Parts: sequence; structure tokens; C-alpha cells
Amino acid sequence: MPMFSLEARHKRQAMFDLLFRNLTRISAFGVLVLLAAIIASLIVGSMPAIREFGFGFLGSSEWDPVNDKFGALIPIVGTLATSGIALLIAIPVSFGIAIFLTELSPRWLRRPLGIAIELLAGIPSIIYGMWGLFVFAPLFAEHVQPWLNDHVGVMPTIGPFFSGPPMGIGILTAGIILSIMVIPFIASVMRDVFEIVPTLLKESAYGLGATTWEVLWRVVLPYTKIGVVGGIMLGLGRALGETMAVTFVIGNAHKLSQSLLMPGNSISSALANEFNEAVGDLYTSSLIELGLILFFITFVVLSLSRYMLYKLGQREGKVA
Amino acid sequence: MNRKFMQLIRVITATAALATVGTSQAANITGAGATFPYPVYAKWAETYKAQTGVEINYQSIGSGGGIKQIQAKTVDFGATDAPLNPNELALGGLAQFPVVVGGVVLIVNIAGVAPGQLKLDDKVLADIYLGKITKWNDPRIAADNAGVTLPDEAIVVVHRSDGSGTTFIFTTYLSQVSLDWKRSVGGEKAVSWPVGTGGKGNEGVASYVQRIKNSIGYVEYAYAKQNKMAHTQLKNRDGQFVSPSDDNFKAAAANAKWSKDNGFYEILTNEPGKDSWPITGATFILIHKSPEKIENAKEVLKFFDWAYTNGDKMASDLDYVPLPANVVSMIRDAWKTQIKDSAGKAIWK
Repeated sequence: MPMFSLEARHKRQAMFDLLFRNLTRISAFGVLVLLAAIIASLIVGSMPAIREFGFGFLGSSEWDPVNDKFGALIPIVGTLATSGIALLIAIPVSFGIAIFLTELSPRWLRRPLGIAIELLAGIPSIIYGMWGLFVFAPLFAEHVQPWLNDHVGVMPTIGPFFSGPPMGIGILTAGIILSIMVIPFIASVMRDVFEIVPTLLKESAYGLGATTWEVLWRVVLPYTKIGVVGGIMLGLGRALGETMAVTFVIGNAHKLSQSLLMPGNSISSALANEFNEAVGDLYTSSLIELGLILFFITFVVLSLSRYMLYKLGQREGKVA
Repeated sequence: MNRKFMQLIRVITATAALATVGTSQAANITGAGATFPYPVYAKWAETYKAQTGVEINYQSIGSGGGIKQIQAKTVDFGATDAPLNPNELALGGLAQFPVVVGGVVLIVNIAGVAPGQLKLDDKVLADIYLGKITKWNDPRIAADNAGVTLPDEAIVVVHRSDGSGTTFIFTTYLSQVSLDWKRSVGGEKAVSWPVGTGGKGNEGVASYVQRIKNSIGYVEYAYAKQNKMAHTQLKNRDGQFVSPSDDNFKAAAANAKWSKDNGFYEILTNEPGKDSWPITGATFILIHKSPEKIENAKEVLKFFDWAYTNGDKMASDLDYVPLPANVVSMIRDAWKTQIKDSAGKAIWK
């Protein structure tokens, strides 16, 4: 009975299809459910602190476990400042690496260099932290900070950002270590997207007499901006949430100071340091609220980058 | 990372607990808490296992973690450097007893200053940590240190970034000697530090002080000794400058009025006596007064009974001060009267 067996096969296939579709659906929605559950538990966990401090929590620089007074300003500033410094250094350097690897490097060097940079991305963050504390910080304190103090620290506007005793640890050190950690991410994404620019476009620009810089700035970058922004956001995401490396070198002090050479604190390192030993509901829930804030910051950063890409896409073809 | 670590510990302890149920004859007890006594607990556990076959798993996750774990009943005993007061003990249904005594010492990294050379007055120390004295060549430091060349450099203050029993002992001491400190900061496991930078754990503080020039930090004595760091002398309550040593910790501990009625709650900082080291503290064990797993509780008590009898030498080798015999017999009495099974019968006989 060939007809019957064919029908049965169709039926079986339809069933498998249905099963498969639902399995993928469960996986996709499962992640969403998990995300919602994490947010919900963070909100529930931070309720005591939210009720006690309200929005004042965001603007208060107090962190006093003895008197149960907590504010998130210092960790928020520390998180944003270290990530900002990291991007400030990492974007130009990654850009240079990507351009060199795709446009300027001799062909035989591209692969080993590219692989080396990708390997950097695989180093566990605690290694960066240990290296930062044991190797980088003493060198920085001995050779770079005194120079910064004497030469940059005396300048009018930016001077106060670079004064203070040369300790080797602090916001600036954390930012520099973070930049080293995010460079491989940003650079390898940039390189990948630069590589997909059609040779035709570049050759045409060169043919019209453009310099290498003009080709990069006016052809390659506009063509790849979505990917480039994506790579930067990937790096920023890592910098915002990085815990161990930052904890080692940021100095872990709940102190707001103008100087980037002074110790500070970031959200993730405050959590890493204090969660285990936090006693009392308010202390614990303030730490959980810090986690919620970090979640929120990351969410805003991702949304902003999406929005930026959307705006860029809209302008496409309109501006000459 | 640390939360993950806590979860991991929970999984490990839960697994260990399961293993205990599975194989009842090869007992396995778990404890968690203070990092300060970890070296001696580990040494005792190793020797105890070799002698009796009973395994003690001690996780040094910090005093606060130890208190939480014993309250959540995920471990058979908790350990803390900051004693719970009688109210807290009653609330959690816990019994508490001290195990060993140790000292917190100040370490400095100043070019040309040898271990034990720098002398610090108690008020001066408090003002350094308050950020009132900011340079090493401050006249108030120099006054006690004739003959020591002190640099015209800023003092870099290092403290613990994590909550810790060591911090509790240190800040409690500062509260006792400085009214300013008591009013503006206080004595707790984690405080709002007026100045300084935070290192994670004793080893974090030790490595910061080793690497940052002109810094000062506080660590457990054993860390300073093992890392050969430049400790300071301190002026004690009797006005004498003393160096940290087992004998001076013992002298301070001799003042303790241990009592089983208040759960042996005793703060040993700033004790009188010309040899007393001013920043001395005991480390404590917490156990449920009516434990769910009677067998495990019995094993915990057996272990510490063994340690009180046989562990003094091992403790002194690791720079801890064992408790005097009369205190130990008081602790054994407390076990008999305080720790009972569901029928109200004493577990320890």
C-alpha cells in the first residue's frame, strides 16, 4: 500500500516539524523568561533599599555599612569612568590594528597577527587583573604617574584629573587595563567587517586618486559603520561588567575624587568585594540594587547603540 | 564571581551533606566562615583525618558568609572572627565558643624602615586612618621615632575592601582609642573609610602594601610574619610600645573574662597590661543549639575537643595562641548545657 505509507510519512514529517518548531520556540522564549526572571528577582531583592532610599540612592555618594546608609553614585561614576577611559584608548588602537591588518600589512603577517589578537581575547580576566596589579601598577606608579603629576597635573582644566600620590592603582589604571581587555574584541570585529568591503568600491576610490586615509574614512568606514559600532558596543559591554580585573586595580575605595589617579570603585567590583560579607537586609539589598543599576546601564547602552544604528540607517543615501 | 563562588560552595556542601547521608559510617562534616583561622583549621583537619578517618571540610569564605551559612543550616558549623552578641545568638538559636586567639598588626612600606622599627601611638594610628595625619614626617609620628628617617611623602592608607573579622577587630580598637573614630566611623566588619584604598582579603592588603610605596595596612599577624613584612610597634593601653608576638597576644588574652552565659562574647582589643598587644582578637565557632543532624553536631564537637587537647602545638606553630586550660574546660561545660537534641538531652557527654 504505497499511498498509505506515503501518507504516514507525511504525517510523521509534519509531526517532527511541529516538534522541532516548538523546541526552537521554547529555547527562544526560555531565554526571555529567564531574563524576565532575573530582572524580577533583582527588583524583589532590591526592594528594601528602593523603599528606604528611593531615587536618592542614585545620587548619594555615601556608603556606610555601620549606619546603614548607602548610595550608588560612586560605583556608577567608577563604572562609567573606567569604561569611558577604556573606550577612549581602545577605539583608536583597535581602528589602527584593523586597518593595518586589512589594508597595510604584508599578506604573510596578517594571519599570525590576527590570530595573536584573537588569542588575547581568550585570556581569562583574572590574569589581566593579576598582571595589572603585579606588573603594570608598580611600573605605572614609578614611571608614568610622577610624569603625569608634574606635567599634566599642573595644567589648568585637566590638571586636577591627574594629580595625587603615585599609587599605581586607581580609576585610570583600571581604565587602561580594561582597554587592553576590550581591544581584541573591538579590533577583531572591525577587521572582519573591513574585510567584507567590496574591492570594487575601494579600487574605484583609489582609481579616482584618493589616498589610503581617504579611502578608509570615506569608503570603508561608511560601508561598515554598523559593524564598527557593533564591535565598540561589544567592547563597552565587556568593560561595563568586567569584575575581577577591575577589582584588582581600581583600589576599591568608596570615595569620589576628581583625580583619575585616586582609587575608586565600580559596581561589579563593589559586588565582588562585599556581597559575601554583607550583613543585614539593607546592605544586601543595596548591593542587589547596584546589580540592577548595572543591568539597567547595560540595557540603556545597548538600546542607544540600536537607536544610533537605526538613525544612521535612515540617513543612508540622503546626505551627499 | 563571588556569588557564583557562594553557589558553588552551596552545591559542594549540599553534595557533601548528601554523601554523609549515603555513607553513615564515614562521617563528613562541613564548616564555613572566617579566613583568619583557616590555616590552623586546615592543619587540624588534615591531622584529625589521618588519626580518625573523619573528614572536616572547611570553606574559608569569610565571617559574614559563615554566619549566613550556619543560619541557613547548609553547614554543620560556622566560624566568625567577630563574635555574635547574646541577642543575635538567641535569635539564631546558636551556641558560640572561641577557638584560638590571634593578633592584627600594622604593616608599612617605607624605604629604610625595618620590621618592628616604626613606633605608632594609638591616637596617631587613628588619625592616620582618619586622614588627619597625611605625611610620614608629621611631627606627631616623628615624636615617637627619634633616629628613624621618615620621608616627606604622603601616607597611602590601605584597608580591607571586603567585609572581614580582621576589620571588625581593627576598627573596634580604633573606636576604643579615638573618640573621633567612634563618632565618625565606628567599629564593624565593613565601615565607611575616611581615606585609603581597599585590598581584598589579608593577601590583598599585604600585596598592596608590598607594591605601593609609603603605604600602611593592617593584616593578621601570620600574614605579616610569613611575608616578612615590616610590622610596626604599637603603644598599648599602659603606654608601653610593644611588638606583636605570641606572648603579647597571650598577655592581652589573659584579661578576658570568658563566660559561657553570654556565648563567650569577648572583645580583646585595648586590654590593660604592659605586655598586652592592643589589637588582639579571638576567633569563634557557631553551632546550632538544637541541631537537626545530631551525628554531625557530635562529630563537630568531637573534632574541636580533639583540637583543644592535641592542637595547641600546631596552632602555636602557625602563630595562633591556644586558649588556656580553664577556658577550654568552661567551653566543654557549655557544650553539655547548651547543645541538645530534640528530646532535650545533651549531645556532648
